Amino acid sequence: MRPLRLASAPLPRIPMPMSTMPATLGPRRWPDAVFRAAAMTCAALICLLMAGFFVELTWKSMPSIRAFGFGFLTSAHWNPVTRQFGGLSSIYGTLASTAIALVIAVPLSLATALFLVKLAPRGLARWVRQGVELLAAIPSIIFGMWGLFVFAPYMADHVQPFLQETLGFLPIFQGPTMGIGIFTAGVILALMVIPFITAVMRDVFTMTPPVLEEAAYGMGATTWEVVRNVTVPYGIQGLAGGVFLGLGRAIGETMAVTFVIGNNHQLSASLFASGNSIASTLANEFSEATDPVYGASLIELGLILLVMTFLIQVAAHLWLRRLGRTTGRTL
Amino acid sequence: MGRHAFHRSDSSPARRAGVALVLAAGLVALSCGGEAGSAMAKHSSGGTSSTAAASDQMGATAAQTLTGAGSTFIYPVLSQWADQYSKLKGVRLNYQPVGSGAGIAQIKAKTVEFGASDAPLTRDELDQAGLVQFPAIVGGVVLAVHLQGVQPGQLKLTPGLLADIYLGKVKKWNDPAIKKVNPGLSLPDKGITTVHRSDGSGTTWIFTNYLSKVSPEWKQKVGNDKAVQWPGGVGGKGNQGVSGYIQRIDGAIGYVEYAYAIQSHMTYTQLQNEAGKFVSPEISSFMAAAGNADWKNAPGFYMVVTDQPGDDTWPITGATFVLVHKQPESADQLKEVLRFFDWSYKNGQAAAKKLDYVPIPDNVVQLIESKWQSEISGNVWP
Repeated sequence: MRPLRLASAPLPRIPMPMSTMPATLGPRRWPDAVFRAAAMTCAALICLLMAGFFVELTWKSMPSIRAFGFGFLTSAHWNPVTRQFGGLSSIYGTLASTAIALVIAVPLSLATALFLVKLAPRGLARWVRQGVELLAAIPSIIFGMWGLFVFAPYMADHVQPFLQETLGFLPIFQGPTMGIGIFTAGVILALMVIPFITAVMRDVFTMTPPVLEEAAYGMGATTWEVVRNVTVPYGIQGLAGGVFLGLGRAIGETMAVTFVIGNNHQLSASLFASGNSIASTLANEFSEATDPVYGASLIELGLILLVMTFLIQVAAHLWLRRLGRTTGRTL
Repeated sequence: MGRHAFHRSDSSPARRAGVALVLAAGLVALSCGGEAGSAMAKHSSGGTSSTAAASDQMGATAAQTLTGAGSTFIYPVLSQWADQYSKLKGVRLNYQPVGSGAGIAQIKAKTVEFGASDAPLTRDELDQAGLVQFPAIVGGVVLAVHLQGVQPGQLKLTPGLLADIYLGKVKKWNDPAIKKVNPGLSLPDKGITTVHRSDGSGTTWIFTNYLSKVSPEWKQKVGNDKAVQWPGGVGGKGNQGVSGYIQRIDGAIGYVEYAYAIQSHMTYTQLQNEAGKFVSPEISSFMAAAGNADWKNAPGFYMVVTDQPGDDTWPITGATFVLVHKQPESADQLKEVLRFFDWSYKNGQAAAKKLDYVPIPDNVVQLIESKWQSEISGNVWP
C-alpha cells in the first residue's frame, strides 16, 4: 500500500548535501547505516508479524474452512453438540454494534471537539478536555460492569420503552426491552470511543491555519459557516482518521461488549435482542473448545475479524484519497 | 566501548541473519504454541517428579508439589484442602483451574498428574487414553429466578415445565402450566427470559444432561454438551455473569452452581424429582443423589448423577471427576496424588460443607479406593 499523501501541494525538494557527501568522513558514516538498518528491521518486523498473523490464522482455521467452506459466512447455525458452525450471527453483531457506536459517537465527538476549540472559554475548555481524557483512561471492564449493573437497567426501563413508543413501527426497535443486547452494547461502545475520536478531532481543528478562518470571518461568515465550509473540509482527513481510530477500537472491543450483549448465537431483526460479536464469542468459548473443528471455527472468526478491519482500512484509504482530491480543489 | 559494540553488530550480513533467526524463532513459537507450551510444562513436571522421588526417600518431609488442571467448579474446595494438607504433610498442590475440557486435554498429554472434569469420560474414552476416573466432590445445579414477590424456595417447577421454558414453549410466568403447580403464588404477566452460560462449562453439561434425560424433545432438538445451541434467551459468562443477568432482568430464570446461589442469596426454586416429589436444593438432597446413585455398576465410574431415584434426591446433581493415568510415569508421584484425595475424602468433609460443596458419601469412597487398588498398576495403592 502506498503512503497517503496530503492534499496540499508537494513540498519543494530541498537539496541534501549530506547524502552526496564523499566518503572522506569515513568513521562518520556508520551511525547512519546502523540507524537505517535498525529502522528497516523494525518496519520489516511489523510486516512480517502481520503476514504471520494472516498465515497462522488461515492455517489454524483450515479444519473449519474445509468443513463449512463459504457457508461459514452465511449460516447463523452455531451448534457445538452437532459440530455445525456458522459465524453469521457474530459477524452481524460485530457490524451492528460498531455501526450503532459510530452513529452516536461521531456527531457527539465532532460537537465536543468544536466546542473545545472554537466556542469554550479557555478555562472551561481545559476542564472539559481533561474530563474527556479521563474517560479514555477507564478500563473497558469497568465500562462493562457499569453497563450491566447501571446502564442496562436504565435502558430497559427508560430508553428502550421510549424508543418503542416513538419508533416502535421499525422492526429494529421491537421485541422485549431487557436492556441487554446489541443496542446497549452499541451505546456502551459509543461512550468508549468518544474520547478517542474527540481527542483526534480537537487536534485536527487546532491545526487549521488561522489565516483561512480569519479570511472567512472577514468575508462576514458566521461561526457555523466557517466551521462548515473551512474548518471541517480542511481537516477532513484527520477527522476521518479519528473516526477510523474509534472504529478500530469498537470493532474489536471484547470485555465491555461481552457484559451487555447477551451472548446468544441468534440473528434477530430487533436491536433490543441479545446477540454476540466476534470478540465476545472468542472470549466466551475459547477455553472449552477442545474439539478440533470447534477450535478452528473460533480461529476462523478471528481471521474474519482481521480481514474485516483490513478491508475497512483499505476502503478508508481509497475513500480519503478521492475525497482529498475533490476537497483539495474546492478549498 | 559503545562504538565498538555498534560496529560489530553492524557488520550487516551477520546482523540480518541474526534478525532473521529471531523472527523465525518467533514464528515457530507462534505456530506451535500449544505443543511448545505443553512440552515445557511436561519438562517441568518431570523435574518435580524426580525431586519428589528423592524427597519420598527422605520421608516426604521436604516440599513436594503435585500438579493438576481442569474443572473450575472444584477449585475453591480443592485449594482449601490443599492448604490444610500442605500444612499437615508438606505436600503442595499446583492446580490450574483452566476448565474441564482443557483439564482432560492436559492429563491426556501427561503435562499434569491429574485432571479434573465435571463431565465424566465414558469407559471407551478412558481405555483409549489409559485413564482411571473417580468422583472427588459432588455439587448441584440449581435454578434461580427474578420474580417480584417470590421468595427463595417458593416457586415449584416440574421437569417438563423446565424443559418447555428453556425450549421457549412456555413464554410467560402466568402461563396456566406454571400456575397449575403453583396454586398459592400470584405470578405476574411477565415474559420469561432464560439465562444460560455463554462460556463452555461443566455446569451447562450437567444441566443439559438433565434436560435431555427428562425431555425427548430437548434431547432431539438441542442435546447435551458443555455448550449447546440455545433456543433463546441470554448468555452470561461464568456463574457471576448468569447471576448478573438474573438480577438485572425482571422475569429471568437461570441455572447456577448451588454454592454460588447460596452465597449470593439468589431466589432458588424447588424442582420435582424422579420420584415425583418436590425438593429444595440443599446439601442433604445432593448427598441423597450421590448416595442413591448406583456407582457399583457404573463402568469406570461413568455416572451422571442427574435424575437419580430417591424421595429426597435433588435431580440436577453432578460430580467432579478426577482423572489419573493407569500406568503413571512416576508411581511415587501418583501415590501422593491418591494419598491427597484419600485424605480429603476422610478429613476434608467439614471444609467442603463450609463452602457449600457436598462430600462423597463413605460407601462410595470405599468403592473408589478398591478401584485404585485393582485398576492402577505399579502398586501405588494402598
